Amino acid sequence: MDALLAVRARGITKCFGDVVALDGVDLEVTQGQIHGLAGPNGAGKTTLLGLLLGLAVADSGSLDMWGTPVRRTLDAPDGVAGFVDGPGLYPSLTARQNLAALAALRGDDARTTAIDDALAQVGLTDVADDRARGFSLGMRQRLGLAAALLTKPRLLVLDEPSNGLDPAGKKHVHGVLTRLAADGTSVVLSSHRMDDLEALCSDVTILATGRVVFSGPLSKLAPEEQELDYRVRTSDAHAARQLAAETAGIRLVDDTGARYDAKVLVVRAQAAALDQLVVRLVQAGVAVRELSPLVSPLEAAFLALTAPEEAGR
Amino acid sequence: MTATLTHAQPHGAGTRRASVARCYRFELVKLVSQWRIRLLVLACWIAPALFVAAVSQQSSLPVDTLFGRWMHATGWAGPLVMLGFAGTWALPLLTSVVAGDVFAAEDRLGTWRHLLVAVRSPRRIFAAKAFASLTVLLLLVAGMACSSAAGGAVAVGNQPLVGLDGHLLTPTDAAVKVLLAWVCVLAPTLALAGIGLLGSVALGRSPMGLLLPVLVALAMQLAQMMPLPVAVRLALPSYAFIAWSGLFTGPAQLAPLLIGIGVSLAWAVLATVLAYLLFLRRDFTNLSYDGSGRRAVTVGVLPLIGLVAVTAAVLTTSITATATGSGIGQDKVQRSVATAFAHLYRMQTEQLHRPAVTEAQLKATATCNKGSLQVAAQGPGNDWRCVVSWHLPGVQAVGQAIYQLDVTPDGRYMADGDGPKEVNGYFLVRTPEGDTPNPLWQFDGNVELLSTSKG
Repeated sequence: MDALLAVRARGITKCFGDVVALDGVDLEVTQGQIHGLAGPNGAGKTTLLGLLLGLAVADSGSLDMWGTPVRRTLDAPDGVAGFVDGPGLYPSLTARQNLAALAALRGDDARTTAIDDALAQVGLTDVADDRARGFSLGMRQRLGLAAALLTKPRLLVLDEPSNGLDPAGKKHVHGVLTRLAADGTSVVLSSHRMDDLEALCSDVTILATGRVVFSGPLSKLAPEEQELDYRVRTSDAHAARQLAAETAGIRLVDDTGARYDAKVLVVRAQAAALDQLVVRLVQAGVAVRELSPLVSPLEAAFLALTAPEEAGR
Repeated sequence: MTATLTHAQPHGAGTRRASVARCYRFELVKLVSQWRIRLLVLACWIAPALFVAAVSQQSSLPVDTLFGRWMHATGWAGPLVMLGFAGTWALPLLTSVVAGDVFAAEDRLGTWRHLLVAVRSPRRIFAAKAFASLTVLLLLVAGMACSSAAGGAVAVGNQPLVGLDGHLLTPTDAAVKVLLAWVCVLAPTLALAGIGLLGSVALGRSPMGLLLPVLVALAMQLAQMMPLPVAVRLALPSYAFIAWSGLFTGPAQLAPLLIGIGVSLAWAVLATVLAYLLFLRRDFTNLSYDGSGRRAVTVGVLPLIGLVAVTAAVLTTSITATATGSGIGQDKVQRSVATAFAHLYRMQTEQLHRPAVTEAQLKATATCNKGSLQVAAQGPGNDWRCVVSWHLPGVQAVGQAIYQLDVTPDGRYMADGDGPKEVNGYFLVRTPEGDTPNPLWQFDGNVELLSTSKG
C-alpha cells in the first residue's frame, strides 16, 4: 500500500515564531490521486503545500515522498513541481521564454515541442510570444501550471490554481489535471472554491487553525443517512410540492430565499427518502429537470467543521 | 487540443539541483530581458563616446576634473575624465541598479518560491545572481572605458598625455595607463556591488536596498572631503576611486593605489559573505517576510564598520607617523610642485622653440606656505602659495614664478599661475605656429598622502 503513496505526512508541526501554522497534521496522497486542501484563510494550507514543495521542513513530524523521508529544505525528490502563493513568472519574458528559461534551468534544454505542448494544454498558444507583464491573473495561473507541466511532475502541488480563471480557463485547467491524474500524477491543490474541489478531487483534507478536521474521500463527507437540503426543479411545482409533503422522510423547507422561480422547491431529506420522492414524481408524470444539493456536501462539511474553530478565535 | 506531455519516467529518490552554470545563464537572461538594463548597456557603450567627443570640441573644457584641461590635446584625457565622473556618480548608480536589485527583484515579483523549487539550492542561486550581476557590471564598465577611449581617439587623436607630475606619457604609455586605471576602479566597484548584494538581500522590497550602494558611495565621498586622518581615508573603499591618479605620476604612486584596491576587495568579499549568510538564513515559506529587518541590517553593517576600524588600525601601525595626520605636508607639496613645474617648463620651452633644457639643469625648487608664517604649512586648503625657482644653463639669474594652490584633502591640487606673465600669467603662449595653451598657466598635481615615497 505504501508503495502507492506519493505523500505520507505524520504529525507535521510548523511554527513561525509564536504562530503555529501546522499542528500535528497527517496527510496521505496516493499515486494518481487529486487531493484537495480546504480551510479558512490562515488555516495552514499554503504552509503545508510549501512543505510538500520542499520550501521548508517541519519543526516536528515526518514527511515521506514515495517512501523517501524529506528531512532538509529543498530536499524533495525529483518530480515535485507546482507553486504556492501564486505562480512565479518573470514579466519581462514572454510566456514561451518563461518556459524555455525554466526548462534550460532544469537541464531539459528548451525543446520547442514540449513548450508548445505545455502552452497548448493550458490554452495559451495564442499568447505564447506575449510578455507575461500583460497577463491577467487567470493567464498567469495557467502559465504557472504550464511551467509545472514542463517538468513532467510526479506530484503537482498547486495553491489556488483556479484563482482568476474564466470558465474556459477553468475547463482547460480541470482537463489538464484530470488527464495528469489519469496518467498517474498525484495532485495536491488548495482552493476556496468547493465546486472546484468537488469536481476534481477524490479526497480532501480540511484544515482549521493548523489542524486537520477532516481527511478522506468526498463521499464520507455526505453519508447517505445525513439530511441535506436539495433543490428540485420539476415540470409541475404544485404537484411536486404535494407529493413531497406526502412522502415520508421529506420535509419542505422555507425556500423563499433559494427559489429562483415557481418551479423550484427545496426539500430536506436523506438520500433514501429523496430517491422515493423521485420515483413518486416520475410515476405521477412529473418531470424532474434538476436535482442538486442546495449547499454542496463539501461546503456543508467545511462550514460545519470550521465554524466552531473560527468562532473560537 | 491534444492531451498529455510525456509522463515522467520513474526517478530515483534523489534531488536533482540545477547547476550554477545553468542558474547563471537563467539570471543573465532575466537581467538582460529588463529594459532598464538594456538601456544602461546601450548608454554605457554609446554615451561616453558622444560625451568625450562633444566636450573635446568645446572651447571651454572641464578643468575642474582631473585631466579635463588636456581634452583638446589628446584623446586619452577623455576616458580619464569619464573615469572621474564614473567613480563619483555612474558606478555607484550602476551597481545600485544591477547588484542592488538582483535579489530584491524576486521579492517584488513574488518569484522566490518558484526559483527555489526549480533550482533547489539557495547557494547556487546566490552564486548565480552574484556572478550574473558582476558580469553585467563588467559589461557596463567595459562599455564606458571603451566608448570614452574611442570617442577621444576619434575626436582628438592618439597624442601624448601630460601626467599629473607634468611628464609626458607616450600614446602607448597613456593607453596602457588608462586601461590600468579603469581596471583599478573595478575593485571599488566590486565593493559597491557587494554592498548592493547585501542591501538587496537584507532589505528586500524596500527602496533602501536598491539605494544602498549610492548612499554608501555618497557617504564615503563626503568622508573623503573631510579632513580625516590618512589611515581612515585609505581604509574606505572609495579611496580607490581616486587613487588611480597615482598611475600618472613618475614614479607611479603605487602604495596608496594598492592599499585602496586591497581595502576595496576586502569590502567586496566581506559584504558578499554577509549577504550570502543572510540569504541562507532566510525562511522562504514565511509569507510575511519583507526583508530581514533591523537585525539583518545590524548584522550587515557592524562587520563593515569593524573592517574600517581594523584597516585603519593596521594602516596606522604599518605606515608612518603621518597616518594620523592629513598626509599633506610642506615638503611633499614643494617637491610635487617643483617636479611638475620642471616637466611643464620643458614642454613650454619646446613650444616656444627655445634651447632644450633638462629637469636636472633646471634644478627647480618650490617654497610653499599657507599664506603666512603663522599658519602651519600642512593640510588641505586653497591658501597654499608657492614660489618656484629654477635655473637656466648659462644664465646667472634665477627664474621665479608664483602659484596659488588649492589642495583638496585627497591630495589632489590645482596650481594657478600668478606671474610673471611671461611664464605663467596668461593661458596662451605665442608660438611660431600660433597661440597654444600655456602648460604653466594652470596645472593639476597630486601629493601622495603616504610618506613612504616621494611626492
